Amino acid sequence: MDLILNRYRNLTALVAAILVQLVLLGYQVKSNQEVRLIRVWAISAVTPLARLLESGRSGTSGFFRDYFVLLDVREQNKRLQADLNRIQLENQYLRSELDTAERGKALAVFQEHARGKTIAARIIGNSPGSNGRVVLIDRGRGSGIQAGMAVITPSGIVGKIVSSYPTASTLLLVTDPTFAAGVISQKNRVHGTLKGNGSGGTMVDHVQNEQVVEIGEWFYTSGDDRIFPKGYPVGTVTAARPGRTVKEIVLTPSGLQNGLEDVLVILEGDHAPIPEAPAPNQTVYLQPLPAAEGDSADATTATRSRGAETDLDREVEKARRIGEDQKHVFGERGRGAPDFNKAPSTTPASPAPASPAAPRP
Amino acid sequence: MSDTAVGFSDSPRKNRASKFKWISIVGIPLAAILFQVYVPRFFTTLAYLEMPLLVTVYFSLMRRSPPSGVLFGMCIGLAQDSLSNQPLGMFGIVKTLVGYFAASVGQRFEANSAVLRLVLAFFFFFFHQFFYWVLARALLGQAVSFEPVQTLVLAVLNAAVAVPLFHILDKLRVTD
Repeated sequence: MDLILNRYRNLTALVAAILVQLVLLGYQVKSNQEVRLIRVWAISAVTPLARLLESGRSGTSGFFRDYFVLLDVREQNKRLQADLNRIQLENQYLRSELDTAERGKALAVFQEHARGKTIAARIIGNSPGSNGRVVLIDRGRGSGIQAGMAVITPSGIVGKIVSSYPTASTLLLVTDPTFAAGVISQKNRVHGTLKGNGSGGTMVDHVQNEQVVEIGEWFYTSGDDRIFPKGYPVGTVTAARPGRTVKEIVLTPSGLQNGLEDVLVILEGDHAPIPEAPAPNQTVYLQPLPAAEGDSADATTATRSRGAETDLDREVEKARRIGEDQKHVFGERGRGAPDFNKAPSTTPASPAPASPAAPRP
Repeated sequence: MSDTAVGFSDSPRKNRASKFKWISIVGIPLAAILFQVYVPRFFTTLAYLEMPLLVTVYFSLMRRSPPSGVLFGMCIGLAQDSLSNQPLGMFGIVKTLVGYFAASVGQRFEANSAVLRLVLAFFFFFFHQFFYWVLARALLGQAVSFEPVQTLVLAVLNAAVAVPLFHILDKLRVTD
């Protein structure tokens, strides 16, 4: 036996190495558990170096920008950006509350409930072989981060934590094909599942062909997945077409549009209602329609007084008045049709409201 | 750091095997992995570079010892797996095979030739990507796509980078 092993030493080493890894792989797939220790070692070895590189890079670039280009403006910009991010989150919450409840009530609710608890994290690297759809962030278990937590930016959702280690965590982006989250459309309240398409975009799955989804419509998290709190923006629809079994909806994720450098991990989520669409923030005055050509003066007056009527409405009204003049009952058998060549009486049978077109929200 | 050189010396053929300092053997693969993790964040076009693979091929070729190649490949592959979202062993198995075959080639051919290095880097990149795709489908049941033309182009690019990279790494060899 020893002779054989010595003679085929190279091959034995190869077979042994492959077998060990196959067993390792089989164990993980079968038990759905990972060999955590090796990952912790690798992450712990790489994270400090990556963090050092990131600090060096940001320090160097920051130095040049701060002292040679804009002096203190960058620091101020950072502060303002942080303030803006916080205000955007608060504003989004407030807007959604105000859309669905009375102003005073919403303010009271907001005073009672803060919008969850988050922690800021910085992206320090991509995961190998993932084409950038899994990234490493510089916060781990030590900062209270656990697998399954949602990650957002003020513009929208970014992904979820898939593994957390003492000093770092891996973040699965919304563009990964294995990502899934429950979403709901803003206008038509269509429920679906957000998935990555693997090429930098996202799609909404499990939406029936009969359901209505419009281009440009916003999708928000629905909270059904118990990962993302309800009411966070996800993205806008860029394409929606009927598919073989379900609708094909392509979504542009809003959280990734401005590049990814700093993110927020939601430690304690807080659901919020989906904002109504469109936001009723101003009233629009509509002019009455112009008079139809060839119509009588009375009809014009009546039409003007009615405001938003169509040509078909005017024709129906004219026919009804002709019928009333000739004592004709529409829909009664054996009575034939009234003589539509006669002009209708000058006074409308049922006077229209004389008020002008009401302002519309 | 220790100046201990690593290498077998029990046969004339293996006497031709290059020797490296331990710091190079540990540091270069780590730097290659760091490169893959960190650099594409800022230079997305460099994401095509499979530096850990090139380093595996280089060390296996120069050491001319299949067991060493197996060990190199396995360690670098498992380190990559640890940082990825895949189960441990996917990159490990593929790079183990790459290390073994590269070392076997190194035993039979003079690995200092730039042309041979170019061809080997091209071949092993394609093999690596293809075998990873096979494993992902067969062992994990993942419906990942494999685009031969794109992979061939990337193989050419990696091979083009491999030649100067190997030349630089040659400087780290320990001379007797």
